[in-house]
Amino acid sequence: MEKILEVENLNVSFNTYAGEVKAVRGVSFELSKGETLAFVGESGCGKTVTAKSILRLLNPPFAVIKPESKIICNGKDVLKMSEKELCEFRGDEVGMIFQDPMTSLNPTMTVGNQIMESLMIHKKLDKNAAREEAVQMLKMVNIPSPEKRINNYPHEMSGGMRQRVMIAIALACNPNVLIADEPTTALDVTIQAQIMDLMMEIKTEMNTAIILVTHDLGVVANFADRIQVMYAGEVVERGTTKEIFNESRHPYTWALLRSVPRLGSKSKEELYALGGTPPDLLLPLNHCPFADRCEFCMPVCKVHKPQETVLSDTHKVSCWLMHEKAPKVESFYDRRDK
Amino acid sequence: MGEYIVEAKNLCKYFKVGKNQTLKAVDGVNIQMKKGETLGLVGESGCGKTTCGRTLVKLYEATSGTVLFERKDVSKLRGKELLAFRKDAQIIFQDPYASLDPRMTIGEIITEGMNVHFHMSEKEKEEKVNELLHKVGLNAEYANRFAHELSGGQRQRVGIARALAVEPKFIVCDEPISALDVSIQAQIVNLLMKLQREMGLTYLFISHDLSMVKHISDRVGVMYLGYMVELASNYALYDNPVHPYTQALISAIPEVEPDEEERKKRVHLEGEVPSPINPPAGCRFKSRCKYAKEICGQEMPELEEIEPGHYVACHMCGKESW
Amino acid sequence: MLVNHDVTEMMENIPDEMFKIVGIDKDAETPTRPRIGYWKDAWRRLRENKVAFAALIILLVLIFFIIFGPAISGYEFEQIDANAINQGPSAKHWFGTDDLGRDLFARVWQAGRVSIIIGILGAVIASVVGSIYGGIAAYFGGMVDDIMMRIVEVLLSIPYLIIVILISVITDSKSLGTMLVALTLTGWCGIARLVRGQMLQLKSQEYVLAANALGVTPIKIILKHMIPNTIGMIIVAITFDIPGYIFSEAFLSYVGLGIQPPSTSWGALASAAQQNFMFYPSQLLFPALMIALTMLSFTLLGDGLRDALDPKLRK
Repeated sequence: MEKILEVENLNVSFNTYAGEVKAVRGVSFELSKGETLAFVGESGCGKTVTAKSILRLLNPPFAVIKPESKIICNGKDVLKMSEKELCEFRGDEVGMIFQDPMTSLNPTMTVGNQIMESLMIHKKLDKNAAREEAVQMLKMVNIPSPEKRINNYPHEMSGGMRQRVMIAIALACNPNVLIADEPTTALDVTIQAQIMDLMMEIKTEMNTAIILVTHDLGVVANFADRIQVMYAGEVVERGTTKEIFNESRHPYTWALLRSVPRLGSKSKEELYALGGTPPDLLLPLNHCPFADRCEFCMPVCKVHKPQETVLSDTHKVSCWLMHEKAPKVESFYDRRDK
Repeated sequence: MGEYIVEAKNLCKYFKVGKNQTLKAVDGVNIQMKKGETLGLVGESGCGKTTCGRTLVKLYEATSGTVLFERKDVSKLRGKELLAFRKDAQIIFQDPYASLDPRMTIGEIITEGMNVHFHMSEKEKEEKVNELLHKVGLNAEYANRFAHELSGGQRQRVGIARALAVEPKFIVCDEPISALDVSIQAQIVNLLMKLQREMGLTYLFISHDLSMVKHISDRVGVMYLGYMVELASNYALYDNPVHPYTQALISAIPEVEPDEEERKKRVHLEGEVPSPINPPAGCRFKSRCKYAKEICGQEMPELEEIEPGHYVACHMCGKESW
Repeated sequence: MLVNHDVTEMMENIPDEMFKIVGIDKDAETPTRPRIGYWKDAWRRLRENKVAFAALIILLVLIFFIIFGPAISGYEFEQIDANAINQGPSAKHWFGTDDLGRDLFARVWQAGRVSIIIGILGAVIASVVGSIYGGIAAYFGGMVDDIMMRIVEVLLSIPYLIIVILISVITDSKSLGTMLVALTLTGWCGIARLVRGQMLQLKSQEYVLAANALGVTPIKIILKHMIPNTIGMIIVAITFDIPGYIFSEAFLSYVGLGIQPPSTSWGALASAAQQNFMFYPSQLLFPALMIALTMLSFTLLGDGLRDALDPKLRK
């Protein structure tokens, strides 16, 4: 498959009064055409920061992408782009959808104008052509009577509608990559399902690659091709959706899978809860970041950082349990089947 | 029927919006809760579940209908009786960032309620704060910290400790886990269940997360646009949902097992929730319901018992096959 | 990616006992960041703001001279010296003398006392009255709020010059006291509106609801939750108001409605100097400079304080 996005050794730091917070530490991944890759993890694990760095949406000097990082999109080095190239790159090649559709739309512009704006800049369409195209876009994202809706302001629309408009804007210029940062978190369950269905429809239609940033394992299970589980700014496990859900090997992935109650589970029985909190990224971290909360923690985990172990072409885990000297442990699946 | 600790009869709460418009946030809800049970309340945003919870603990005055707490009409409580009610009925809020005063230490936040209801010396208060912090799984050292120094899950624990400080009998949990991470959600739900076992608390658990609600509740009520469409024991509701809205809600839950999901047939709901301002006559779900018939546009369906303990408000359900 | 050879070797040489599951160390002291209180953090951010901090230092210097300046000069501010009329700045008279031979250095700082007192006192009185008024209106809401806010709007619509003239006619005096009364009589209205807005917002905050649910009395909710959470905003409003009062006083004194001789203020000094401006511009320079410097510093400090005290900007 054709690779369109390659990220290598991405390091991002935030400068705060208390010191440098290393929010993303050495994240690498690639994305092929038409593929959906999900970033999963708790808040503060660096998944949103990683997604935003691809578009260079972080604001310096507060947030800094370190020089050793490399982001290549369609053969172009994103980190070396000038402001002007960056403007063309955003929207034209990579579109982004944000979590909160209320704050990411301009309240003083009609939705039609907001869609037309990017069409006129990137596709160099004149006003009438852009308007026609915008109506087409609204139709594509299943907004009823798009000819009328195009003159609406964002506040005249419901949350689900606004998210549809956001998707229309992001897709207006046929980008190769769509980054969706928690696209359904702010929405209701029934609307969530509608939006996810819509995104999948569009993906198959336009062959867009999607990066899906979410903490909702349910959404991921149904829509992602590959998953990378992130913790404290690192990728701890990556694999296809089946591999992550059925054969995962990292205790953190197990913890994530276990803490969600399944509809089939017995009620009122104690849920598995991960104790403690993620490490403070302000403090130096030269060992496994999950060590303090891991029930299989070994002395080595608190001293050295685990290397990424390759289990299959797609499945990779960073955990000392993969080491040949490590004891065999009862995995999440063994326990569940009992 | 004296065994109920909380009883709401035909509860309505309307808000005036602009000129001559009323937002019927809660419109004719009946709730009966036994001591020690957990009633889950689910629904989409704007369905009135939060308003319903806040009216039950008298943060809002009901527009009409009554709330009985231990058989006393809450709206008629004054002075000492009102104070006693404030002690017995507590609430935990959704947003752990907005619900703690940024200028107060955790210790001050927790003692606030004790100062109102108990006469305690400084030393007793300090001991009680330590005990409460321990109970909700926080280090006693946190008493001198400010809310902004804590993580979301820790703040929510403080919110729980604040409610527990006055030794309540009934707690409204208003989306206590929605703003938290998955792993932290499980911690808080476990904590709530542990406290219920130890202290015999009664919960009204409001959430839009159906799988969590199913897990913690004995019975679950589903709300849509201000009224209850279905109320049943959690097993009955999830295994045998009758109301078309409940069916849609349950099938919209993204399941964690990808394979299972493929087998399950989804019932995806078209359209969106209509505005609760001046809602249409008749069944409020009719605009999205594929079984809607003429009668649905004329009369508002009443909650009827179709099986012991299983109530549904739908003209079409259980009467004819559809 | 190729794994570095050294790292591979290191990985293989890890002793066996390193691979024994110990699980979670429950007693582990989780390292935490240093604790920083609200005011300490605000102070830190104010100090980082170079402009605001410079303004603060200028203000402190000005206040130092206003307190000790007249004594340092070695002259009485009303001491007339017929031998030294309209002198320019010199070693003897640092800022020169005026048309009656009074030492301007002493007079400028003496005048500063009046200006600063009016500025600070005026702003503080207006803020206290405004906060209480706005707080009451917001807390009770409904009709009370409506009536109270209409009163504010009526008061705000009266030009303050009319009030000043009326008051000086009624009391038949043009002292510092009457000026303060005249300026604060409508000055609190702006702050009342500001506080009301903020309090209305706080009233629906969940922690206020929680206090309600706990049965905390309204008075205590105002004292313990509402006021502490508005205090930062009020401090900022005060710093922004001070230059306004200083300027109003200067303006009134300049047009002859304010402080009367022999007592003086920056506005009165400037007014007197204006008559000789063509020949002795230095007489106007110093009071004008002081007015400008003080107003600018307070405004810049207010800007810095607003950023420093805003809890939303905390990192």
